[in-house]
Amino acid sequence: MNKKYYLILFLVFILVPIYWMVNMSFKPNSEILNRLTLYPHEFTLANYKEILSSEFWRAGYINSILMASMNVVFVTIAALPAAYAFSRWDFRGDKHLFFWFLTNRMAPPAAFMVPFFILYSNLNLIDTYWAVALAHCLFNLPLAIWILEGFMSGIPKEIDEMAFIDGHSFPSFCWNIFLPLIKPGIAVTAFLTFMFSWVELLLARTLTNEAAQPITVTLTRSLGAGGWDWGVLAAAGVIAMIPGAIIVYLVRDLLATGFSMGRV
Amino acid sequence: MKQRPWLFLLPALLLVSISAFIPLITVMNYSQLTLLPGTEPYFSGLENFVAILEDEAFRAALGRQVIFSFLVLITEIPLGLGLAMAMPKEGPGVGLSLVLLGIPLLIPWNVVGIIWRVFTRSDIGVLPAAFDWFGYSYEISSSTFDAWWTVLAMDIWHWTPLVVLICYAGIQAIPEEYYMAAKIDRASPWKTFRYVTLPNLRGVLIIAVLLRLMDSFKIYAEPFVLTGGGPGSSTTFLSTYTSRMAIGGFQMGRGAATSLIYFFIVILISFVIYIVMLNLGQGAGGDQ
Repeated sequence: MNKKYYLILFLVFILVPIYWMVNMSFKPNSEILNRLTLYPHEFTLANYKEILSSEFWRAGYINSILMASMNVVFVTIAALPAAYAFSRWDFRGDKHLFFWFLTNRMAPPAAFMVPFFILYSNLNLIDTYWAVALAHCLFNLPLAIWILEGFMSGIPKEIDEMAFIDGHSFPSFCWNIFLPLIKPGIAVTAFLTFMFSWVELLLARTLTNEAAQPITVTLTRSLGAGGWDWGVLAAAGVIAMIPGAIIVYLVRDLLATGFSMGRV
Repeated sequence: MKQRPWLFLLPALLLVSISAFIPLITVMNYSQLTLLPGTEPYFSGLENFVAILEDEAFRAALGRQVIFSFLVLITEIPLGLGLAMAMPKEGPGVGLSLVLLGIPLLIPWNVVGIIWRVFTRSDIGVLPAAFDWFGYSYEISSSTFDAWWTVLAMDIWHWTPLVVLICYAGIQAIPEEYYMAAKIDRASPWKTFRYVTLPNLRGVLIIAVLLRLMDSFKIYAEPFVLTGGGPGSSTTFLSTYTSRMAIGGFQMGRGAATSLIYFFIVILISFVIYIVMLNLGQGAGGDQ
């Protein structure tokens, strides 16, 4: 059973740095800077109060959630039919097109920063949710098509044919038969899409100024602002972590089935 | 009916055109111009590319990037695969492990940097204190060695869970009968791994390796927050270099050329690895 210890050891390795930040977020700066304590001796919620009472932080938080959700919607709507086409039909150039989609995933955001800025300035989208949600499709759409195609190919074509023989129209087949079958696949895809959009910094920073600034950007800007308020920074980090933890917890069953379908 | 696939692909193609294709064309356009502030842009052909390829700082960043991605792959892939094999297959442990493994993946990248920064800073971090206790003086801000392995440890902490999840999915899909057969044949654990697990995981391993390769090549926020690219420029990777070129520098054409070279290198390496991995599996008696 030493295999289990190997896993547990790694999970501890994951938790230790996180614990250190959580621990720090409950300390006043005097304690953080003057002595190393493994748990907060002068327990305080002041750091959290400062963040939650500031409009600046709250807005960043909401912006992040809205942007990542919009991105998930765009990506899923575009990727579902595309993945269906790739998994069900042979057409001229399908392999090349698939690889071309995939190369977009390889594009380093740093390389696209300036053109994005120019393009979205011309479209008047800078500092809106749209800009970031659309820009994040750059790396999320290829991934979504890739994963969904895998899931869909795992479902025999005969199921489609049977449904049509039974008199289902195409929309009815999709809604009543096909989508429920690949639900775990959609969950995994939406999870990864949300994740990559939620955590991205470079493009989000380039495309927003103030109104639509997501939490990641708020964090860096206040980090760069000089005042090294470690307690507040740690609390902000903890708050930025929470939605992710909630999402993983909520979709854990779907993820477990999704992953056990073996098609990631 | 022949147009049907294209109809299905239309939304994706539209989305890609505004999120990738048009920007790429713009980059290509800029890369061949000399754009100096206050003057008319003029066509300068491949001049920008030559200038970048001759730039010492670019070569150094590229070298560091290749070494870093290589180290990431040779540690995270075996570690992730091993952990995936140690995961329970059913029961309450599955959900718990999945949730814990999912946490680092959903932490914003600069927060990952912050977590490791407060963890390793010499004045407020617990890691330097722990090393001190063992008699090793840990100095992330002045020792290149410490900075390097900390960035690597951070990446392992951050991304190994993704490798675990992908491999776990693959392992779950291997029929139990294969292992029964191996048991009946009295195959050793190593032989079972080598001839049952590994060949069946070829597909997911290719995905894991490619994803980690592409993403480690794009690493930006985490080392930027953790070390700021230092000490000196010892942890300045390609993304940091490119974004400095693109925003910081006055020469947008140079930035665009850097971007294209960068993009080309990522595609090239990914493609080579993809082909190599496809052939590796075939030669070693992998099925599927």
